[in-house]
Amino acid sequence: MKLLYFAWLRARIGCAEEEIDLSPKVKDVAALLDWLRSRGGGYAEALRDLSIVRVAVNHSYVGLEHPVRESDEIAIFPPVTGG
Amino acid sequence: MIRVQCEDFDVGVELERLAAGDRRIGGVASFIGLVRDMGGDDRVSALTLEHYPGMTEKKLAEIETEAHRRWPLGAVLIIHRYGRLTPGDRIVLVATASPHREAALAACQFLIDWLKTDAPFWKSEETPAGERWVEPRAEDEAAKRRWGDKP
Repeated sequence: MKLLYFAWLRARIGCAEEEIDLSPKVKDVAALLDWLRSRGGGYAEALRDLSIVRVAVNHSYVGLEHPVRESDEIAIFPPVTGG
Repeated sequence: MIRVQCEDFDVGVELERLAAGDRRIGGVASFIGLVRDMGGDDRVSALTLEHYPGMTEKKLAEIETEAHRRWPLGAVLIIHRYGRLTPGDRIVLVATASPHREAALAACQFLIDWLKTDAPFWKSEETPAGERWVEPRAEDEAAKRRWGDKP
């Protein structure tokens, strides 16, 4: 699975993108975020408050219950501030 | 039409091109977003815009499609820049062309309101206190909500 991070989430986690091998236990976005937080360090800090975290699966906004698959591109970022 | 680019754009050229050749167009409306020199109480010397290539274009195209669904528009143009910009620089141009002004003006406001809450761009400001990420504004979310959801 390809993971992408943007803005301050990228800065806190310390990388812009990474490939991970998805654990079979991780079936949805909520479980993926839990798994990332369990890595500690910048992940735990960046994902502490999920009210300011947005997730897109294959370029579409999704909720925490959305399923995730090995072939997905998943982006994790703060609320957007363009325009 | 959607363009996401580093380079500046010429507003006059873009607006003229939008209605060119379509004699049904009676009005062109536009919004141009600029870099301010203040963020809160702090002076801003520069702004860096980051975006999510691929998703940005997809979200902007969806917003454009939704505007066409809601109003009779001859043409829509959204140009959004990324990279490092300084106060006074243009960030975004939204323009709409329609047979009548009501549709052009309403669609233009709709597009910029939706763009601000849906398109994956993030701003980082350079201030005397250091660099910081711009926080989303509750007013932006409220501005989008007044247009209702997609069906």
